[in-house]
Amino acid sequence: MNEISETREAREARLQGLGCKRKRVEDIRFTQGKGSYVDDLKLPGMLFGDFHRSPYGHARVKSIDTSKAKAVPGVLAVLTAADLKPLKLDWMPTLAGDVQAVLAGDKVLFQGQEIAFVVATDRYIAADAADLIEVEYEELPALVDPFKAMAEGAPILREDIKDKTEGAHGKRKHPNHIFTWEIGDHETTDLAFRDAEVTIKELISYQRVHPCPLETCQSVASFDKIKGELTVWGTFQAPHVVRTVAAILSGIPEHKIHVIAPDIGGGFGNKVGVYPGYVCAIVASIVTGRPVKWVEDRIENLSATAFARDYHMTTEIAATKAGKVTGLRVHVLADHGAFDACADPSKWPAGFFNIVTGSYDFPTAHVTVDGVYTNKAPGGVAYRCSFRVTEAAYCIERAMDILAQKLGLDPAELRMRNFIRREQFPYHSALGWEYDSGDYHTAMQKALDTVGYQALRAEQRAKQEAFRRGETREVMGIGVSFFTEIVGAGPSKNCDILGIAMFDSAEIRIHPTGAVIARMGTKSQGQSHETTYAQIIASEIGIPADDVMVEEGNTDTAPYGLGTYGSRSTPTAAAATAMACRKIKAKAQMIAAHLLEVHHDDVEFDIDRFRVKGMPERFKTMKDIAWTAYNAPPPGLEPGLEAVSYYDPPNMTYPFGAYICVMDIDLDTGVAKVRRFYALDDCGTRINPMIIEGQVHGGLTEAFAIAMGQEIAYDEIGNVKGASFMDFFLPTAVETPKWETDFTVTPSPHHPIGAKGVGESPNVGGVPAFSNAVNDALAFLGATHIQMPHDAWRIWKAAEALGAQG
Amino acid sequence: MAKTAIALTVNGEAVEALVEPRTLLVHFLREQLNLTGTHIGCDTTHCGACTVDFDGRSVKSCTLFAVQAEGAEIRTIEGMAGADGTLHPLQEGFREMHGLQCGFCTPGMIMRAYRLLQENPRPTEDEIRTGMAGNLCRCTGYQNIVRAIQFAAAKIAGDSLQEAAE
Ligand code: FES
Ligand code: FES
Repeated sequence: MNEISETREAREARLQGLGCKRKRVEDIRFTQGKGSYVDDLKLPGMLFGDFHRSPYGHARVKSIDTSKAKAVPGVLAVLTAADLKPLKLDWMPTLAGDVQAVLAGDKVLFQGQEIAFVVATDRYIAADAADLIEVEYEELPALVDPFKAMAEGAPILREDIKDKTEGAHGKRKHPNHIFTWEIGDHETTDLAFRDAEVTIKELISYQRVHPCPLETCQSVASFDKIKGELTVWGTFQAPHVVRTVAAILSGIPEHKIHVIAPDIGGGFGNKVGVYPGYVCAIVASIVTGRPVKWVEDRIENLSATAFARDYHMTTEIAATKAGKVTGLRVHVLADHGAFDACADPSKWPAGFFNIVTGSYDFPTAHVTVDGVYTNKAPGGVAYRCSFRVTEAAYCIERAMDILAQKLGLDPAELRMRNFIRREQFPYHSALGWEYDSGDYHTAMQKALDTVGYQALRAEQRAKQEAFRRGETREVMGIGVSFFTEIVGAGPSKNCDILGIAMFDSAEIRIHPTGAVIARMGTKSQGQSHETTYAQIIASEIGIPADDVMVEEGNTDTAPYGLGTYGSRSTPTAAAATAMACRKIKAKAQMIAAHLLEVHHDDVEFDIDRFRVKGMPERFKTMKDIAWTAYNAPPPGLEPGLEAVSYYDPPNMTYPFGAYICVMDIDLDTGVAKVRRFYALDDCGTRINPMIIEGQVHGGLTEAFAIAMGQEIAYDEIGNVKGASFMDFFLPTAVETPKWETDFTVTPSPHHPIGAKGVGESPNVGGVPAFSNAVNDALAFLGATHIQMPHDAWRIWKAAEALGAQG
Repeated sequence: MAKTAIALTVNGEAVEALVEPRTLLVHFLREQLNLTGTHIGCDTTHCGACTVDFDGRSVKSCTLFAVQAEGAEIRTIEGMAGADGTLHPLQEGFREMHGLQCGFCTPGMIMRAYRLLQENPRPTEDEIRTGMAGNLCRCTGYQNIVRAIQFAAAKIAGDSLQEAAE
């Protein structure tokens, strides 16, 4: 190829840099069945572990008899709490400052809790033997309703901490109470309500759901007794954190632990935490001296690892008659299950719930959150959202609709009247955040114009009249949602996990031929990092993305990082990538100047080369420079061309978007059909529009599932109802609506390339759009708030309660 | 446990093996034949991650015992690309149309789509959605999977038109 005559456009196109729809590198292996997921791993002598689990929600364990299991040929070991106790591994710390039983000792606290771990030569034998374990229980009354957790006479769940009046996040009011978290100004908010012309108050619940990636949680542990080294392959969204936790728990020095996260089949928050299965596989490998694999099945996944939400939000807004909001007050009752195993940054027991003022200019707000224990699985993870942000977005977006209804205002109009205006950014919210950038009015207007909002409202009115005349049983709902996310945890000034600041990292090495290897502290679970990080590098240093190999997930080779969740990869590791590139570029400039025999101030970067200013024909490409860096570096300069950057972001990023859902509901069947779903996202600079669109489609589909049918429910004695794909609603291609995507671009002013992150926006903004559509459809019949999930049966029941079923 | 001998064809090759009668076909493929492209996503025959082509039908290989495959002709994702490495139009389509993210459902999706296109070479969007309803994806929202299958259908039709012309 002729480097001189090639046009700028051709050179640019060859890079496949920022903003292009680069096809994914990952797909080459995935479409051929050549991904390497944990369960694909086969090691010589490998054993399989399986759990015996509690059938009860709450019971005392009187005895455990493992003799029959141990007698099964092929069984090598059975671990119980008694075996873990001398190793001090019967309990493990959670990320939220609580402890969780690895294997239940005296008591079981939720159905499906791990009691014994059987290790055998194959997975069928392990499963057989797990069934033969005999446990004698004394059943105790189960506590499943979080509203009764602190009631008089409530059964006390956590006997291990029942006398502790102080938890990791302050005072505990009751043995079943975990924490109270308070933020905002109590007094001014009370005054705003005292003086309000209009107020609303509603209990808005967000049901318990599960992230449910298609691949369950799994790991393989292999301990080498001779070297004293432990290798763990696992479904880890945060492999470095897993290694640090493993070092602390096991006493094995951190450098002798090798944690490897291979390809991961989806995470969505399910694969952030440390689970008993991982710990037991490690202990079993140490005990047996052989590699041990643990793979949870789907029912175990849905009933034992990492639920999400279960937030019950009593929400009040104060406003003027003209529709200006003057205050927000929220009290949350948070059901954390049997152990507080939330995966939030350590100082944030309710995550970033204080983003609950949303996109609106609330002069004052006050929030309290009470976390309680119940006889349910632990978790409370950030399921495809930044920590508790989707709960907050649902809360405020539902409440704004309720306020609009009370004021007799159109919900889009009410939002327009209260948006933070463009000139108010950077904006300090009443609950303490500094929003980096936004242009909400433009985004909302674009959304309304595109869908033809006024015409839709007219059609809806006509349909309501026809319904009243008895001409149709179909009603129409228009769900408007305008969300602001807070992602990219985060600045070390306010975010850490177990004391480790939440920076992230990139290490980039350019080899003599100009081929690049780049390693990051994050870990993709489908987010296309191998494709997109390479695009950033291509644009920053002018080497084609195809010449860049991105590698993540191996703690031996990747720089330390906090992993991928909370849409943090783009705000943190992508920023680190750009910063490392800029260090490389600075050195490259010196080398280019040396080769071109000019002062380094006289050369400038141009797409894929440095050229002499004003003389475009005199240049050195990045490939020339790479070669020189290793073979003839300028005097006084070290050989090599590489850099590492640890990026501590100065602020979070605040993606936003306007979503509109148009829905038709048949009141005779309760069946809701999404006629149209329009999603406008503003995630700042767009790295790869194809991948952004894919993320939005996926997130909207998950939001649809949550709003329209998902629930991990328990009966009154603590049985989890429907923890399999028979009952847990996952939409197929048939139910899933078609998605229309759109965008505006408001770059983040503090991010090196202006990007904000997008993966979780559609889940955060999507759920309220669907729920608002259902509520909007039934509002003319008198509904103010109908709880999710909105499956056909519940919609039918809601209509019946409103007197609309004949 | 006593083992049973089975003989079958997998991706065009004759295979003979000893299996326990209770071994699931998916475990046999993954663990005995090392064909790990076929995945497991559930315990209840819902997700379709384990879909393979079995005597001209799509089956969920977690729902059959290996012994039931006696004499069968099975094709898995590993058998889709040509011997020279050329991708099958479906494999190409999934990449071109961004029909995958984490990739875990993809082998099952491609194997199901392969049979769908054998049965109905030019399906409408609705026919694709219905035809793929036994396969779950948690990442993509299906829209691009539909486009990937449309891409493959067009490409296959185009290719055979060309063949006919020659
Ligand atoms: S693993 Fe076979 S259908 Fe889910
Ligand atoms: S691509 Fe992840 S489940 Fe389909």
